[in-house]
Amino acid sequence: MAFDKQEAKSVLFSPIFNNNPIALQVLGICSALAVTSKLETALVMSLALTTVVAFSNLLISLIRKQIPSSIRIIVQMTIIASLVILVDQVLKAYAYEVSKQLSVFVGLIITNCIVMGRAEAYAMKNGPAMSFLDGLGNGLGYSVLLIVVGIIRELFGSGKLLDFTIFPTIADGGWYHTNGLLMLPASSFFIIGLLIWALRTWKTDQVEDAE
Amino acid sequence: MSKKESPMRTIVVAVILSLVCSVVVSVAAIKLKPLQETNKELDRKLNILIAAGLIDGQAQATKKQIEETFKQVETRVVDLSTGEYVEAPAGFEQRKAAKDPSMNVQIEEDIAGIRTRSKLANVYLVKKDGQLDTIILPFHGYGLWSTMYGFLALDTDTTTVVGLKYYDQAETAGLGGEIENPKWRSIWPGKKVLNEQGKPVIQIVKGEAKNENQVDGLSGATLTSNGVENSLRYWLSEDAFGPYLAKVRAGEL
Repeated sequence: MAFDKQEAKSVLFSPIFNNNPIALQVLGICSALAVTSKLETALVMSLALTTVVAFSNLLISLIRKQIPSSIRIIVQMTIIASLVILVDQVLKAYAYEVSKQLSVFVGLIITNCIVMGRAEAYAMKNGPAMSFLDGLGNGLGYSVLLIVVGIIRELFGSGKLLDFTIFPTIADGGWYHTNGLLMLPASSFFIIGLLIWALRTWKTDQVEDAE
Repeated sequence: MSKKESPMRTIVVAVILSLVCSVVVSVAAIKLKPLQETNKELDRKLNILIAAGLIDGQAQATKKQIEETFKQVETRVVDLSTGEYVEAPAGFEQRKAAKDPSMNVQIEEDIAGIRTRSKLANVYLVKKDGQLDTIILPFHGYGLWSTMYGFLALDTDTTTVVGLKYYDQAETAGLGGEIENPKWRSIWPGKKVLNEQGKPVIQIVKGEAKNENQVDGLSGATLTSNGVENSLRYWLSEDAFGPYLAKVRAGEL
């Protein structure tokens, strides 16, 4: 159980580009579609998910030797659900405006495949410190993609970033004609698709073999 | 290994885990409740003040500013069938009452798409030097995806709009969601929602509004715009705030 710096680094950083949960494993897409119409909500969602996945990994890893395998999925779910409720309550108390915009999607972190996936695939087999880092890394991988999609959608969809006007839109008397498609959830599909394409062109080992 | 998998152990682990998790969640919920309630209350007050034009929706108002400004606003409860002020039952909340069979009524001509409404409704009055200055009515109705909740502020003639503010809706961001856009809100003041007989005539039209009963629709959001028009028409009609507004016009209240 020696703490290997090299391994820690790879556990933390490989999910960002090499093994991105959204781009390579294509998990957690639903929330990526829903909350990315504005950068602010994307940021808060990223923060919420990263917190949940890091701490659920930590807690599950801590008790992994006590969990009977017959009920392990339920145990994982209970821990994840409790953490999500905590995050949701804290957001409602301290960031009311944002929590209104995120509405049900914070609650839906419970069913986010990334959280369950990491708990089952990593935290059940590895020590607490590494599991925490793995959760953090995967949360960051999710965040990077969400933030990129959020920037593209808010900037070209409404001409703003974090509510600061970048391109003055025609509706406000400027010149920029907003792209309505980008405000619709479906546009995230295109953007994520294009990002996956770009990522796999850069890192060719991610390309799947033809079936 | 066999010990770990025994049924007894499984039950023990499950019970302990459930206990710990439920305690953590309950403690958090109870500890944070007061703060959440204040947030909700403050948000509602802020939106009423924005509708009445007492606070600029663009500027970030502080908690103190909101509380201070809200002192000008008097909250009353109206029985919609008679249009008279009544004492509010303890803990009256209009949104909850609309779903409570003992406190709601079925809507027959349900143009707003809300099926039931509370028998009683909140109204918010702004008084200046003892004289009634602005009436703020809560209203809601179905848009394209969601029930949209808003406040409509009217002058004492109950016809001229002072302001309109939606505060809870889940329409498409950037299209229908633009009902919250300050730019669109700014075309409302001065519009006339009723005709001389007190019937709702407000219309949301495509393109340019031609008279003071018409408001420019939101491009790309026809169904949301229809929803706004229908919600306003319902809530200003005889079935809802009509009797109350008639009494206000007659100067009886």
